[in-house]
Amino acid sequence: MRLTLHVWRQSGPRDAGRFVRYDVTDVSPDMSFLEMLDVLNQQLLGRQEEPIAFDHDCREGICGACGMVINGRPHGPQHATTTCQLHMRTFPDGAALWLEPWRARAFPVVKDLVVDRSAFDRVIAAGGFITARTGSAPEANSTLVPKRDADLAMDAAACIGCGACVAACPNASAMLFVAAKVSHLGLLPQGQPERATRVVSMVAQMDAEGFGACTNHGECMAACPKEISIDFIARLNRDYLKAVARPKPQAVKANGGDV
Amino acid sequence: MELRSKAPAGPLADKWEGYRSDIRLVSPTNKLKHHIIVVGSGLAGASAAASLAELGYTVSCFCFQDSPRRAHSIAAQGGINAAKNYQNDGDSVFRLFYDTIKGGDFRSREVNVYRLAETSLRIIDQCTAQGVPFAREYGGLLANRSFGGVQVARTFYARGQTGQQLLLGAYQALERQVGAGKVRMYPRTEMLDLVVVDGRARGIVVRDLVSGAVGSCAGDAVVLATGGYSNVYYLSTNAKGCNVTAIWRAHRRGAAFANPCFTQIHPTCIPQTGHHQSKLTLMSESLRNDGRIWVPKRKGDTRPPREIQDSERDYFLERLYPSYGNLVPRDLASRRVKEVCDEGRGVGPGGYGVYLDFADAIARLGRHVIAERYGNLFEMYERITAENPFDVPMRIYPAPHYTMGGLWVDYNLMTTIDGLYAIGEANFSDHGANRLGASALMQGLADGYFILPYTIGDYLAQAKLGQVGTDHTAFRQVEREVSERVERLLVARGRTTPDAFHRELGRLMWDKCGMSRNVQGLEEALQKIAALAERFARDLYVGGKGEEFNQTLEHAGRVADFFELAELMCRDALHREESCGSHFREEFQTPEGEAKRDDARFGYVAAWEYAGAGKAPVLNKEPLEFEVVHPAQRSYV
Repeated sequence: MRLTLHVWRQSGPRDAGRFVRYDVTDVSPDMSFLEMLDVLNQQLLGRQEEPIAFDHDCREGICGACGMVINGRPHGPQHATTTCQLHMRTFPDGAALWLEPWRARAFPVVKDLVVDRSAFDRVIAAGGFITARTGSAPEANSTLVPKRDADLAMDAAACIGCGACVAACPNASAMLFVAAKVSHLGLLPQGQPERATRVVSMVAQMDAEGFGACTNHGECMAACPKEISIDFIARLNRDYLKAVARPKPQAVKANGGDV
Repeated sequence: MELRSKAPAGPLADKWEGYRSDIRLVSPTNKLKHHIIVVGSGLAGASAAASLAELGYTVSCFCFQDSPRRAHSIAAQGGINAAKNYQNDGDSVFRLFYDTIKGGDFRSREVNVYRLAETSLRIIDQCTAQGVPFAREYGGLLANRSFGGVQVARTFYARGQTGQQLLLGAYQALERQVGAGKVRMYPRTEMLDLVVVDGRARGIVVRDLVSGAVGSCAGDAVVLATGGYSNVYYLSTNAKGCNVTAIWRAHRRGAAFANPCFTQIHPTCIPQTGHHQSKLTLMSESLRNDGRIWVPKRKGDTRPPREIQDSERDYFLERLYPSYGNLVPRDLASRRVKEVCDEGRGVGPGGYGVYLDFADAIARLGRHVIAERYGNLFEMYERITAENPFDVPMRIYPAPHYTMGGLWVDYNLMTTIDGLYAIGEANFSDHGANRLGASALMQGLADGYFILPYTIGDYLAQAKLGQVGTDHTAFRQVEREVSERVERLLVARGRTTPDAFHRELGRLMWDKCGMSRNVQGLEEALQKIAALAERFARDLYVGGKGEEFNQTLEHAGRVADFFELAELMCRDALHREESCGSHFREEFQTPEGEAKRDDARFGYVAAWEYAGAGKAPVLNKEPLEFEVVHPAQRSYV
């Protein structure tokens, strides 16, 4: 296969950035998308040109490190597939591909296709956990969890934190990411004591990070490699309304403790 | 070098409890004053950092990824073992202990393995309390499945994403402490060296992977939770970033490296498709619960699998090991798969593959049951191979997956450098010469949640550590050495990329120090590694600068350390003139082709001591003493 790539090159956060064209030959349909970029980078190094920076690690679709916008779609054209699991057989011979980083105010570009997603970590630190001190846990089977709830919690917990939902959203909203965590923990009996404070704290942090608001476009769900449903956003909204409708609703300290 | 395991006295079942009640404690006010450095944020690192911070210590945690949630523990699929006996099938702490020590072919320390089995019970409680969505039965109780090398169902799982869910639990506990200001997290920061002051680990030198700046962090103890080194083979199931640098640099500063040649080759991975291949993908061992492994009886039979009748198929694991069948331990399964492929009965392009067939299970249980158990694995397989396992059998082949070897640690998980700890896959302690499935998650979390947080206090309570900051001359010196090393990689200006060198080294290690080894091959490998390392120094091309985001430079530094490790692995494999677990020396096998141990000569842990550049490493031996189990030849027939 032969391909024409138009790749976003940006040396750092202060550089304006631009598309640079590369012609790639000898691409095998069995290659993964990142292996195709490996081949290009080896060729660039051979010509003493600077290789394209991109994040990647497990290459099994689970670590959430990789991700780029391919022809306008986060993670490319294949449904429910991360960039690392996308294979070149998905594309026709001679295809022209435009590669861009995630674009969102809360995800500043580090270099080329690499962005800074630490905002997600700070949203989790604000409340995306169950406070369970090491050593204080009761016997695991002492609390029953209906299979239906456990399965639904697992559907939400499958989020890999890649940020495709933010990149797909016209408002660069992180609602699907936050909703997935709020729902995962809120569906389980262990997550009930902090359910109200969790949702309020996480939403407050999401706003502080500069993510946009949700206007129900649904692009996030279409782009999500783990098929996380926007039903969870409805669940988040319900939890949030219930939490703020209570007397004296307020955000808690970052550690989830008392104010 | 003296190797003191510090194994406590007393009956096996009471040792840990007694020891824990006996070791020194650090008072709550003093805990605040101690600063602990944790390198790595996988199951071991994240759980240790979170638990230490909960206890009141001040913690700094480092990872090279952009977020601690990306550590490679996240990719573990199948499950985590615990001796809960929820299935009432006769499981017990002793049985888990015995299976693990037998699975490791009697090359692990008895006391450590027993403690691991004991601790397994609390891990499931802890993770459930954190909200890990384990699979459940309709009544709301936790569900279990079976794994290789055992005859009970003791594995807890969260679909095919158990590692992900356990890691997210530990990550969330870690982030809670970050939010509380008790842990300072340093993502995209790679440890490049250890700083030892007066014989004690007092800090690390790191490179900020975004700015490229070399800097330091000083503390009262350093915990390495940096995982394994399977990427020495280039193609492995590990994430691309996994590397040996942190533990290798610690080794060069005085930490003994134990059993480096004990590397696990996992039987069920997707076969390689071409020379562009950048990594191999594991298909969970849990698939062997319902999938049957077979090859055609006849050599060179290239008919499509469905046209080959049952009578023309060789279900070789079921034939050779009737009582365990497809669920034999990984080392045996891998070796037998290699054997039938070497005989010319392999399937798929190149003949390096065997079938893992679900047709019988689908007929027996129905398609929906199989889809629920393995749906995401089947989808992953189809994305990579464009074949649907519901219609055609999977093709699998072994691939490097886990390393049992690692830094030598005592019962406290402390290395041979005072104040330096190694936990999780980075240490050598619990899996002997072969790890059983679903035991890596168990060990990582046992070390991080329930062992290290206690044992580190014993050291800090009595160490009488003086004030040492990053302005100390030792830090300046090591920083200078690190900067020089980075500079050397950049100035070479040859023609070969780090990736090309890495591939070449990996191919050599796979051929000569992989699934089976012999004296000629290992000696040849030692010569070739030296020649390759020499060429690396001369002909490397990295490009760019040190003071910038430079992924080629990161890779080059890791490959340089893999060269040194590869040499030690071959030396270790060469000296161990026996076969045990994953270490199969062709010269030492039974008439049935099984590993032939030599307990009299090799019933020890080989702990290698660094003797300086260009000098042969020094071998130290920790004899393995068994008080309860009696080492026997493993039988899974």
